[in-house]
Amino acid sequence: MMIASGPWMLALNASPKWLESLVEQFFAYLPAWLTSNLTPTDAADFIVWPLIQIGVMLVVVLTAVAYLTLAERKVSAWIQARVGPNRTGPLGLLQPAADGIKLLIKEDVIPFKADKTVFTLAPIISMVCAFVVLAVLPYGPHYASITNINIGLLFILSISSVGVLGIILGGWASNSKYPLLGALRSSAQMVSYEAAIGLTIVSALIFTRTFSMQGIVEAQRSLGVWFVLFLFPSFIVFIVSAVAETNRAPFDMAEAESELVGGFHTEYSGFRFSIFFIAEYANMVVVSAIGATLYLGGWYVPGMDWVAAQLPEAYREAALTLMGITAFAIKCGAILYLFIWMRWTFPRYRYDQLMELGWKWLMPAALANIVLTATIYIIGKELGLVRSVEGVLQMDWQGKVYFTVAGLLAMFPILALLNAINRNSKSFNLRAQRTTIPISTRKVKLSPGVKPA
Amino acid sequence: MNAIPLVTHHTETLFDSEQMVLSMGPQHPSTHGVLRVILKLDGERVIDLDCDIGYLHRGAEKIFENRLYPMIAPYFDRLDYIAAVSNGLLYVETVEKAMGLEIPPRAQYLRVILTELNRLASHLLWLATHALDIGGFTVFLYAFREREEILKIFENFFGARLTCHAFRIGGMTYDAYPEFEAQVRAFCDLFPKRLEEYETLLNENRIWLGRTVGIGVISAEDAISLGLTGAPLRGSGVDYDVRKTDPYECYADLEFDIPIGENGDTFDRYLVRMEEMRQSRRIIMQALDRLPDGPVMGRVPKVIRVPAGEVYHSIEAPKGELGLYLVSDGSTKPYRLRMRPASFINLAALRKMTVGSLVSDVVAVIGSLDIVLGEIDR
Repeated sequence: MMIASGPWMLALNASPKWLESLVEQFFAYLPAWLTSNLTPTDAADFIVWPLIQIGVMLVVVLTAVAYLTLAERKVSAWIQARVGPNRTGPLGLLQPAADGIKLLIKEDVIPFKADKTVFTLAPIISMVCAFVVLAVLPYGPHYASITNINIGLLFILSISSVGVLGIILGGWASNSKYPLLGALRSSAQMVSYEAAIGLTIVSALIFTRTFSMQGIVEAQRSLGVWFVLFLFPSFIVFIVSAVAETNRAPFDMAEAESELVGGFHTEYSGFRFSIFFIAEYANMVVVSAIGATLYLGGWYVPGMDWVAAQLPEAYREAALTLMGITAFAIKCGAILYLFIWMRWTFPRYRYDQLMELGWKWLMPAALANIVLTATIYIIGKELGLVRSVEGVLQMDWQGKVYFTVAGLLAMFPILALLNAINRNSKSFNLRAQRTTIPISTRKVKLSPGVKPA
Repeated sequence: MNAIPLVTHHTETLFDSEQMVLSMGPQHPSTHGVLRVILKLDGERVIDLDCDIGYLHRGAEKIFENRLYPMIAPYFDRLDYIAAVSNGLLYVETVEKAMGLEIPPRAQYLRVILTELNRLASHLLWLATHALDIGGFTVFLYAFREREEILKIFENFFGARLTCHAFRIGGMTYDAYPEFEAQVRAFCDLFPKRLEEYETLLNENRIWLGRTVGIGVISAEDAISLGLTGAPLRGSGVDYDVRKTDPYECYADLEFDIPIGENGDTFDRYLVRMEEMRQSRRIIMQALDRLPDGPVMGRVPKVIRVPAGEVYHSIEAPKGELGLYLVSDGSTKPYRLRMRPASFINLAALRKMTVGSLVSDVVAVIGSLDIVLGEIDR
C-alpha cells in the first residue's frame, strides 16, 4: 500500500495501538477479498480513527456552540444588569436544548416566491463551510486534532470565503428586499474584511514559517513565546477584522436588526434559521481558534512541557494533551468573551463607515505591518538574533526582547501612516460629516429661556 | 405598487442604477410603532421618502365630541402613551383655562413634579430606543432600569404604570401617598450617576459620533418654517420652550435652564434631551422643596359646563409643544377638540432631514425625532 508509508503518515495522526488491534480482530472476520486492498492498520489509521475523531469533535463543538449562545445571553445579561435565562434547568443550562427543540418543531416556511432549491441550499452551505474548517484546528497535541494538513491556514481562509456564498444565496433566494440588502451588505463586508485578515496573517507567517496549524503551535512552542508579543499590531487588526468577518456587532450590518429587520435571514424560520444561527456561532469559534493558534500559542502554554516532564513516563502524553486542550479552550473562550463584550458595548457602524474602516484603516495597517515585520525580521537576522534551523526559528532571550520591542514600536509608524491616509482622504458618504466631527465632545448651551413679554 | 406617489429627484450616478422602493414598516423594529416609511432607494442611498400614517387611528377627536368633559380625560392617556401624564395635564389645563378655574398651589406643584417625572420616563424611553436603533443594546436596558423606578412611583400614585390618570379638572383626584416624597428624592439622588453611565457609553464613542454627528441636519429657519418644537427645534439653536415663554402651573416660580444646540443634527438633539433630563431633575427637586400644604382639589361645579367660545392652550410635552384647541357651545360636551400633536409635526421634517443619506440614517433620525404613533394617528 502506498499510503501506509512515507510522508503521508506524518500528515495524519496515527491511531492508538488499542484501536489498531481492535480493527485487526474485526478484519479477521471479514472475507479476504474485501480486505485484500486494505490492511487493518490502514483502515484503523485512515477510516476508523478519523471517523471517531470527527464524531467526537462534532459532538463537542456542537455542544460548545449551543452553550456559546447561552454564554452570550448570560454575559449580556450580566453586562446589562439583568438575570438572563434561568428558568430552563439549573442556571438556565437547558436553555440551548429548549431553543433547539423549539426551532426544530417550528413550521418550516419557504416563501412562495423564493427560489426553493437555492433557498434550501444556502443554510447548508453556510453550515458546511463553518464545520469543515473544524477539521484542521489544532485543539491540542497528538490525538486532539483531526488532521494536520500542511496548508491548514490557507484551507481555513479559502473555506471561510466560500461561507459568504451561503449568506449571499440565502439573501438572494428569499426574493425579498430586506434579505437582499442584508446579503449585499454582508457580501461586501466579508469580502473586504477577508482581505484584511489574509494580509494580517501574512505578517504572522514570517515567524511561523508554515501554514500548518500544528506547525504554527510548534513554532511558538519551540521558541517558548506567543506570537502576540512579536505581532501586536497584527493581532489588533486580526481581532477587529475577525469581528467583522463573523458579522457580529458593531459590524452586524448583514442582520442589522433595527434597520433590515433580520437581514439575510429575514425569511428563514424554524430549523433553517437555526442552521444559519449555528453557522454564525461556529464561525465565531473558528475565528477565535485561528486567533488563539496564531497569536496566543494555540494549545501551548509556557511551562507545560516542564510540568509534563515531572510526571511518570506513561502519563506524559495524556497530561500534555489534557493541558493542551484546556489551554486552547481557555484561550478561545477569552477571545469569544471579547467578542461578546464588544457586541454588547458598542453601537453599530454604518455600512459605508464600516467599509471605510476596512479599506482605509485595517488594510493599510495590515500592509504596513507586513513590510515592517519583514524589515524587523531581516534586521534581526543580520544582527544574528534569530536563526532558521530546518524551517524552525530559533532565538535567544535577546532575540525575543528585540522582536517584542520592535513589534510594539511598529505601532507608531503604522499609526502615522493611517493618520496620513485618513487625514486628507475624502469620504464619499461622510463628506458633510467629516468637517463637523469634533475632536472634543460638543456641549449644549444653557439658556435661561425667553421670558414672556 | 404604492398608492402614494413618490416624487423623483434626479441624482447623477456614475453607473446606471435601478431604484428600489422599500416599504419600511408598519411592522418594523425601529419605526417606533406602526409608522410606514416608503423609501425610494438607489442602493442604500435614500432618493426620496414618504411617511404613511394612520395605522393606529382610533378617531379620538371624534370620540371627544360625544363624551362629557370629565369622561374625556382618560382618552388623553392613550394618545401619547409614553407621556400620559403630560397629555392628561394638557386636557385638564385647557378646560380649566376655558372655565377660569383656580387650582390650589399644592395641586400645581404635584402636577409639575409628576409631569417632570413623566418627562424623564419619556426621555429615558427615547434614549433607550434611539440607542437601540443605532445598535447600542445595553443603553436600552440601562435606561429601562431607571424608567422602571419612575413607573413604580407612578403605579403607587395612579395605580397604573403607563396610562396614568390622576389629574382632574380643578386639581388632583388624590393627594400624594405618604412615601411619595422620599421615593422621588431617592430617585433624584440616584439619577445623575445613572445619566453619567449612559454618557460614558455614548458621548465620546467614535461609533456613536459617526452615526449621529452631521446626520439629519436641519437649520433653524427650516425648523421654524416646518413648525418643529421640542428637542428638534432647540437642537437647531432656537430658544423656545413653552414652560418659559408661556408658563403654566408653577413653572414661573421654578429655576431651570433650556438647553440649546447649535448644529441641528442628531447628536445635538441627543445632547439637548440629555441635558433636559438634568434640568427636569432640578425642577423636581425644587418643587419638592417648595411643596406647599393644603387641598389638592379646587372648587369645581358639579356639572362641568364650559362657557361657549374658543380656547387654545399648549404645554411643553416631552415630544415638543402639545396644543389643544377647544371649541365649546356651552354644553357639557365639547363641540370640537383639536390637538396639535408634537410628534406629527416633527415627523414632517423627516424627509427634509434624510433625503440623500443612507437607510441607516433614516432609522437614526426617526429615533432622534422621538415620535409616538398614538399621538400622530390619534
